[in-house]
Amino acid sequence: MARTSRVLPGSEPGTPLDSSRRAFLSASLAAGGGLLLTVGVPAIAQASLESSHALEPPMRLGAYILIARDGLVTIMARSPDMGQGMKTTLPMIIADELDVPWTSVHVETAPVNPALYGMQFSYGSLNTPLQYDPMRRAGAAGRQMMLTAATRLWHVPASECETDQGVVHHRASRRRAGYGELAGRAARLPAPDLLTVPLKDPKDYKIIGHFTPQVDGPRVLAGEPLFGIDQSVPGMLYAVYEKAPVFGSRALSANLDVIKAQPGVRDAFIIHGNAAETMSAGLVDGVAIVAERWYQANRALELLQVRWEQREVSQQATTVFDRQAASLADKAPREILRHDGEVDQAFDSAAKIVEASYAYPFLAHATLEPMNCTAWAKPDGSVEIWAPSQAPTAALMLVARTLKLDPAKVTVHMTRVGGGFGRRGDNDYVVEAAAISQRIGKPVKLLWNRRQDIQHDFYRPAGYNHFRGALDAKGTLVGFTDHFVTFRHGAEVARCAELPLDMFPAGFVPHLQFGQTMIELGAPTGHWRDPNYNGLAFAFESFIDEIAHAGGRDPLALRLELYGSPRVIPASPSHRPGLHIPPFDTGRARGVLQLVAEKAGWGKRQLPPRTGMGLAFCYSHFGYVAEVIKASVNERGLPHIHKVWAAVDVGRQIINPAGAYNQAQGAILDGLGSALHQGLTIKDGAVVDTNFDTFGLLRMREAPPVEVHFRITDNPPTGLGEPTLAPAMPALINALFAATGKRIRRLPIDPELLRS
Amino acid sequence: MAYTITVNGARRTVDVDAETPLLWVLRDELGLKGTKFGCGMSFCGACTVHLNGKPTRSCITPISNVGDAVITTIEGIDASEVGRRVKAAWLALDVMQCGYCQSGQVLAATALLTRTPRPTDSDIDQAMSGNLCRCATYTRIRAAIKQAAGLPTTDTREV
Repeated sequence: MARTSRVLPGSEPGTPLDSSRRAFLSASLAAGGGLLLTVGVPAIAQASLESSHALEPPMRLGAYILIARDGLVTIMARSPDMGQGMKTTLPMIIADELDVPWTSVHVETAPVNPALYGMQFSYGSLNTPLQYDPMRRAGAAGRQMMLTAATRLWHVPASECETDQGVVHHRASRRRAGYGELAGRAARLPAPDLLTVPLKDPKDYKIIGHFTPQVDGPRVLAGEPLFGIDQSVPGMLYAVYEKAPVFGSRALSANLDVIKAQPGVRDAFIIHGNAAETMSAGLVDGVAIVAERWYQANRALELLQVRWEQREVSQQATTVFDRQAASLADKAPREILRHDGEVDQAFDSAAKIVEASYAYPFLAHATLEPMNCTAWAKPDGSVEIWAPSQAPTAALMLVARTLKLDPAKVTVHMTRVGGGFGRRGDNDYVVEAAAISQRIGKPVKLLWNRRQDIQHDFYRPAGYNHFRGALDAKGTLVGFTDHFVTFRHGAEVARCAELPLDMFPAGFVPHLQFGQTMIELGAPTGHWRDPNYNGLAFAFESFIDEIAHAGGRDPLALRLELYGSPRVIPASPSHRPGLHIPPFDTGRARGVLQLVAEKAGWGKRQLPPRTGMGLAFCYSHFGYVAEVIKASVNERGLPHIHKVWAAVDVGRQIINPAGAYNQAQGAILDGLGSALHQGLTIKDGAVVDTNFDTFGLLRMREAPPVEVHFRITDNPPTGLGEPTLAPAMPALINALFAATGKRIRRLPIDPELLRS
Repeated sequence: MAYTITVNGARRTVDVDAETPLLWVLRDELGLKGTKFGCGMSFCGACTVHLNGKPTRSCITPISNVGDAVITTIEGIDASEVGRRVKAAWLALDVMQCGYCQSGQVLAATALLTRTPRPTDSDIDQAMSGNLCRCATYTRIRAAIKQAAGLPTTDTREV
């Protein structure tokens, strides 16, 4: 932690690192899994680069910047891009501080290299908060080296020189030199101190804050092979890998001779993995089919018969979980997570008690590009990998550990990623491809079919909340309890199945208890966009709406009343070790609530029958987001979403409006699609769903207009991959209640419950 | 078995089983990687190509059914004036997020605008609802179609 504070100063020049900023950075550090945040600028290149300047190699300034003689600037994009725009956004920051025109910048995907770049990943909406400052300093250091090179060339004081769009000027003597001319000298200079390197005044930004289309756009629309699935290696074979329907079951035998006789099939074999890594995305048992073409491997798969070991979890089913949760709901929780005030007394003396049970389902990620990886285990013992991973450094380490290789022998290339949503933070498909290639001694492309992709995911865990709210005679919320029925793997709560202890209204109600009971789960869980709020916000924010109506309050007024005056509330310790949540600023919450109400005309519209507006708020991934939805319901119960308004506070700088609005709108629609269509069925221990026929995505005709307003506040910039998702679901549920008087308490929405 | 097909204006011969889907012929025999595999059952539209100008799911179209049909993929969409306009609008508005579904979206949009040069919102809903975008870039897809058609891009649907 001390190291983090040292290398990552406050984000404005000359601003001492305040305690909230420090807490914020160390929080991000822990959530990212022990990051090595080296933002150093080594003077000499160590990495081998896929450079486009073969004839005359460009000069390297640190890990991120290469400048050619002709002034073309190459900037390395350090983080995977799965549509959240990091291949564009992070280089924009560098380019602006370097003071070069964006038109002269060429962006390349950085090599996966822990020594140069630390941990490379894209998840948790963490790239913006973690990289905004280091990217600025990397660019500013490059600019400083250009200035120093010029002053030494001209023998003039640095104070008389300035940069402007890739050129250093000495105005007094009217001398000027382009960065390309200075690059050779600059590259021999020692790197400036990153802590003290001067940064631009944000009002002088020329790239940051401007609509900048994704750098890969033209190449994607030309059909260039950018994605993982598009990679080819000479002599490459194709594979499928079939794992047990019941998670973690060992493969005992299979009809391999039948499979090997199928057209194009070159080999078929059982791989024995480590069942203990079923929940943690390692290599587990399966049958590999290797063929000359993927289509042939996938055809042969239809004939595959495997005898899997029988396991206890083969009894598990979503219907059974529902029954267990229902029977536990009004019993005492097994453990108390948080207890404030005198809860029993508050309920004993309440004028009114509101009670309700909410349930949300398991979800698959269903990225449109199915899991795939190309791997080449070479005769010299090295392994080369092309992976559409959100966590390529972790992929490298997983392959090295599983195949018992020196990590220096493993090379991972980041490809463009056809959708992540958290799924590709896990690298099971990468280690599978590497293991298959090692076995056959040839390069191989592993591609999962859609059934395998849905049935072998790390699911958003289902969850059950049984709430009670105590109101006094004036309708004020004085007591609140939640019995959260969630899932465990052994003794530990399953990944992303935890209840954050700061979940609103915790901290804003005098008497409150969060209790928990866990059910054993035999399916892997993981990060699904906006964990853990993607389910909890639906339940909590819908119940807050119930409390408002029960107490005769407007839902906006109730929230403003509970948050009270603008102030900073320190975060309570989380039960997730190492996860520190930054303090909660009620002023920022109020700000987005009031802004969205104003934009949506909250409380001021005359609405037709069976039409209503709903409001919800969520603070997640450092973002403050309030949303209003207007929806109507027809006689058959089918909802129609007319419009969504969102007010979003992610700090003082929207780095790339092109990506920012797209992310905010897309995540909202993602949330709505989930609320309308998504819920997995588990039966006999296995996931039943196989494709988009039962696991639906939102379609064009269902997508309402989404109006996003950013509220700019003087806080560190934070990410937009996730935080607008969670409020969309309860805003919709609350709108449906306003339209029909009927309360949906289980997702996905059952239109039968909304019939007139 | 050998099949000769017309892809983006060129005659190409491939030797594959009769039931091999056109998708895998394009991707793995001809190296045209712009057409994507999403679901394998025509649910998602990522594999959309044109057969004689008609949007078609290549993942469920066996090579033996293609015959003399003229195939257009994202790699060849520039050959049509409408296709060029659609791509230009797509890039100007920065429609894509991950981009994986976008070749299918562009093919579907080009077919729509070729047939219906000034589409209504309802035309767009009808023509585009078979192409899933997991990133849900529908807001910008709608705007880009309107821009390519020379229509105002503001979303004026019922509020």
